[in-house]
Amino acid sequence: MSGNATPAGADVAADEADLRTGGRQAAVPAQRANRRGRAPLSENKRAERRLGLLLCAPAALVMLAVTGYPILYSVWLSLQRYDLRFPAEREFVGLQNYVTVLTNEFWWTAFGVTMLITVVTVAVELVLGMGLALIMHRTLVGRGIVRTAALIPYGIVTVVAAFSWRYAWTPGTGYLANLFSDGAPLTERASSLAIIMLAEIWKTTPFMALLLMAGLALVPEDLLKAASTDGATAWQRFTKVMLPVMKPAILVALLFRTLDAFRVFDNIYVLTAGANDTSSVSMIAYNNLIRGLNLGIGSTMSVLIFITVAIIAFVFVKLFGTAAPGSDDGERR
Amino acid sequence: MADTTTRAKLRWGLLDVFVVAFALFPVLWIMSLSFKTPATLTDGKFIPREWTLENYRTIFATDQFVRALVNSIGIAMIATTIAVVLGAMAAYAISRLDFPGKRLLIGVSLLIAMFPQVSLVSPLFEIERQLGLFDTWPGLILPYITFALPLAIYTLSAFFKQIPWDLEKAAKMDGATQAQAFRRVIAPLAAPGLFTTAILVFIFCWNDFLFAISLTSTERSRTVPVALSFFTGASQFEDPTGAICAAAVVITVPIILFVLFFQRRIVSGLTSGAVKG
Repeated sequence: MSGNATPAGADVAADEADLRTGGRQAAVPAQRANRRGRAPLSENKRAERRLGLLLCAPAALVMLAVTGYPILYSVWLSLQRYDLRFPAEREFVGLQNYVTVLTNEFWWTAFGVTMLITVVTVAVELVLGMGLALIMHRTLVGRGIVRTAALIPYGIVTVVAAFSWRYAWTPGTGYLANLFSDGAPLTERASSLAIIMLAEIWKTTPFMALLLMAGLALVPEDLLKAASTDGATAWQRFTKVMLPVMKPAILVALLFRTLDAFRVFDNIYVLTAGANDTSSVSMIAYNNLIRGLNLGIGSTMSVLIFITVAIIAFVFVKLFGTAAPGSDDGERR
Repeated sequence: MADTTTRAKLRWGLLDVFVVAFALFPVLWIMSLSFKTPATLTDGKFIPREWTLENYRTIFATDQFVRALVNSIGIAMIATTIAVVLGAMAAYAISRLDFPGKRLLIGVSLLIAMFPQVSLVSPLFEIERQLGLFDTWPGLILPYITFALPLAIYTLSAFFKQIPWDLEKAAKMDGATQAQAFRRVIAPLAAPGLFTTAILVFIFCWNDFLFAISLTSTERSRTVPVALSFFTGASQFEDPTGAICAAAVVITVPIILFVLFFQRRIVSGLTSGAVKG
C-alpha cells in the first residue's frame, strides 16, 4: 500500500472522494482492456469486478457518510462563531476560533497532559506488554488461565474499571488509598495523573501484549535453538533474534496504541472529571461542545485533534518506513 | 530453553499468578464493593465483612438502570449484526475478488480505525440534531457500525484467507454462481470467524462511552456506561457507590463469560489480521 497508507490528515477527504470517483474511473478502462484482451475471460472478470464493488459498497458508504461528510462539516463549523446558547450570533469568523484556541492556556495544558499520558503509558505498556506476551507465549503451566485472565482488562468496560480505580483510591472506601497515602490522591494533580495512567495501563497492556504475541509467533523456533547452541544468552536471543523479527509487529502495536492513548477520555471523565488540570484534549473538546454548547470552539478543537493525530501517524510512517504500519494488514482497536 | 525442570515450572507458575492477580484485582474489588452493606461500604476492607444483595435489588428496581440495560443490549446487538454482515461482504470481496478500489477501501478502513473519535462528536452532534437522530438508537448505532467496520473487515479478511477456497471452485464447477457458492459453501465454513468477529465488535460497542454520553440526553437511548456516570449524585440514591458497583458488575459479567468461554477464539481473532505483512 503506497499513497493511502500515509494517513496525512488533509488527505482523508481527498482519499475518500477518490474512492467514489476512482472506483468508477478505474472500472471503465478495465472493461475496455478486457474487451480488447482475453475475450473468453472478460465476462467472468467483469462479473467478479461488479460483485466486488457491490459487496464493498455498503461498508464503504456507511464509513464515508459517518466520517467523511462530518469531518468536512466540522471544518466548516470551526470557521464560525456558533454558540447554541446564542444561535442568533452565528456568523462566519474565518480562523478566529483557531487563534482563540491556540492562544488559550487551558488548551495547551490539556495538550501537554494528553502528550504526557500518551508517551508514558505507551512506553510502559510496551515493556509490560512484551513481558506479558512472553509469558503468554512461553509459559509452561496454565497457559489458558493466563490468556483468559489477560483478556479480562481488554473486555471490561473502561468506565467500570475507572470506577473500580476511583473507589480504590477514595480515602476511607478504598484500601489502596488507605495503604499508600494519607491524603486524597484524586484531589492532587500529580497523583491524579499517575492514577489515570495506571488505569490506562491496566486496561490496555493486554491488547498490546496480544499484538506483540502475534509477532512473537512469527519468530522461528529453529533460529532460537541455533542461537542457543551458539551460546547466546537469553537476553541476546531476545535482542538479536526476537526483536528484529518482531519489528513490524512492534511498530503496528506502537502506532495503534499511541493513537488510541491520544484519545484518552473515559478514565479521566470518571476519575477526575478534568479537575486540577487533568483534562485531556478529548475532555476539553467534549466540555466545550456538550457542556458549553459552543459548536464553533468545540469543532475547532476537533479539527486540531484530528490534525495532531494525522501528524503523529505521518511521523510514525515516515520514521519507520511505510512497509510496517501501512502494509495491508495491521489494524486493531 | 527446553529445560522443563520443576524450578522452571515454579518460576513460570509464579509469573502466571502475578499476571492473573494483576488482571483480576480491580474486578474483584468492584464486585466486593457491590456486595457490601451501606454500613461497611467505607471500611476499606478488600473482602466484605457483611454480604448483601441489596445493591442489586436497588438498581433493578429503578427504571434508570433497567432502561439503560435494555438500550445497551439492543444498540450493541443491532450494531454488531449490521457491522458483521457489511464487514463480511466487504471482507469476502477483499480476500477473494479482484476489483478496482480494493486498496483504497483498506486504506480508508485503516484511517477510520486510527481516527480520533472526539473529532466526530461535534459534527455528529449537530448533524444528528438536524436529522432528528439525536438521542435515538440509530443515532448511536450509526457511529458504532462505522468504527466497528474496520475491525470487522480486518478480522474477517484474515479468517477468510484461511478458508479452503477450492471448495468454492468445486461448487462453481457444479454450476453454482459466485453468490451461491458464497452462501451455501463458504458462509458455513466462515461461521467461526464471523462469531469471533461478532464478539470483538460487541465488546467494542458495549464499551463505548464518548459517543454514548455525547449523542444522548435522556433515558430513551442512554447506555449503561453513561447511566453509571449519572448515578453519581442522583437524588434517589443516598450513596450511589453500592448501586454503581452493582450496575458495573452486571455489565461486566457477560464480558467475563464471553472471555472465559471463547478465550482461544478471541486471541486468534485479535492477533490473526494483525501482523502478517
